[in-house]
Amino acid sequence: MALTASGGFIVVLLFAVFATLLAAAVASIKEFGLFFFIGKTWDSSTETFGALPFLVGTLCTSFLALLISIPFSIAISIFLGEYFKEGAVSTFLRSAVEVLAGIPSVIYGLWGLFLLMPAVRLLETQIGAPPHGVGIFTSSLILAIMIIPFSASIGREVITLVPGDLKEAAYSLGATRFEVIKNIIIPYARSGIIAGILLALGRAIGETMAVTMLIGNSNFLPTGIFSPANTMASVIANEFAEATGITASSLIYIALVLFFVTTVVNIIGTYVIQKVSIESSKEVT
Amino acid sequence: MKDHAGARLIKDMIFKCAVCLFAFISLLPLYLILYYITKNGIMVINWDFLFSLPRPIGESGGGVFNAIIGTVMLIILSCIMSIPCGIAAGIYLSENKKGKLSNTIRLCVIVLQGTPSIVIGIIAYLWVVAPLKTFSALSGGIALSIMMLPVIIKTTEETLKLIPYHLKEASLALGVPYHRTILKVILPSGISGILTGILLSVARITGETAPLLFTAFGNQFMNMNILKPIDSLPYRIFYYAMSPYPEWHSFAWGASFILVVLTLALNLFARGISVKWKIQF
Repeated sequence: MALTASGGFIVVLLFAVFATLLAAAVASIKEFGLFFFIGKTWDSSTETFGALPFLVGTLCTSFLALLISIPFSIAISIFLGEYFKEGAVSTFLRSAVEVLAGIPSVIYGLWGLFLLMPAVRLLETQIGAPPHGVGIFTSSLILAIMIIPFSASIGREVITLVPGDLKEAAYSLGATRFEVIKNIIIPYARSGIIAGILLALGRAIGETMAVTMLIGNSNFLPTGIFSPANTMASVIANEFAEATGITASSLIYIALVLFFVTTVVNIIGTYVIQKVSIESSKEVT
Repeated sequence: MKDHAGARLIKDMIFKCAVCLFAFISLLPLYLILYYITKNGIMVINWDFLFSLPRPIGESGGGVFNAIIGTVMLIILSCIMSIPCGIAAGIYLSENKKGKLSNTIRLCVIVLQGTPSIVIGIIAYLWVVAPLKTFSALSGGIALSIMMLPVIIKTTEETLKLIPYHLKEASLALGVPYHRTILKVILPSGISGILTGILLSVARITGETAPLLFTAFGNQFMNMNILKPIDSLPYRIFYYAMSPYPEWHSFAWGASFILVVLTLALNLFARGISVKWKIQF
């Protein structure tokens, strides 16, 4: 009985979370409706709120981060799932990746602020861009570092699920290891790898602290990848503590959208991974 | 013919080198982060830094004692709130593998796990801070306990799934009531996995800053009252890092060093437990 109650509590909790956000955002939803997503101005003194700059900021940072992280995470998953399944090198790399995943986000932010930011500023002066240092590019770099462990560990798991007889069949036809990886392993594990990348995207969208410290906190539409901006999560972190009335409501509206987007991304990702692992367990038996 | 095979082998070699190169380049940030935290952090840490309160700018010295105590208090608070419920829900899931409610709960756990921490911070603000009209340690604890729940539920379920069914049958056959079977047979045999899960979830919340920004809020002074704002290590790092004073920046590095050591120790400890007390039947 107590077990059912606490199980049900989780369901109630999630619905309460959703209902609370909706109830608190209702004032802003009524005021701005769907124009909220195309409005370019965010100004609390005139009480006009449009979230387009933050939507663009979130999309730019997370997709750029994804783009940067994909080669690395796939390399790590192939390395650990195919080339070095066990042994000292594999244990070392795997624990290093786990440590990377365990470092708190605020420390990534601190490190980025004092080391990555000067480096990016140097790069910007080299190529002639305005030397802000902070901005979309810097945030994407730190986000990429933060999400590599997630897609890499899922990718590794999916690659180890590839049935051995498929690989052996290809080897017996004289294929090299690269050909086996290219023609057997990657196609077989594709949906799982994509699901891992999707889950990493969910993390990148919701990541707050490191991005807040490095994005430059500008409420205008970003003009390039080096310009300062704000993401949905960082604008909440920056402004919610002082916000009241319609400003607070609009920030909660953003939180509601954020909650909705990450939920959809996570459910799709998890569903694909479950399907992949069920299929491969069927094939073994 | 031979040249063709040679080209394929060369391609194979190049690919292998590329994979190794990319895999090890991605370790570079980890090395740099740990290097700078150790280099800049160790210098700051001394007796005074660990056991004194922050001083206003202009006065040298001061430390993060209140932040350490605050972090410990937040962890204890969130453990009290999340562990019983999390373990119970995990047991429910492992006892009822199929069924509508179980599937709904699993879905909810996935969604909760993926919910951005800042959204959970807003929830705790709306539930606790707004009605009580003050930032408080309690609200921070609630936000963190919501973040702990999915991890605990998942690991409890995964662990209890491994326990053989005949163990439970044997206990029930002896006439032991159902709740005693769970408390005295199922839980003790899965305790290592559950402990690992709890430690991992504590490691996850120790470094969380975003949910604390508008719940626990931070406090310059020592505070033991759970209805008052409280300081925490990650919040102090954020506060010091964003300040314009170089001395506070070095304090941020010192606090980061403590935080990294703390989370890594928790992770290692969790791994140690799961290796040493692995469930064997």
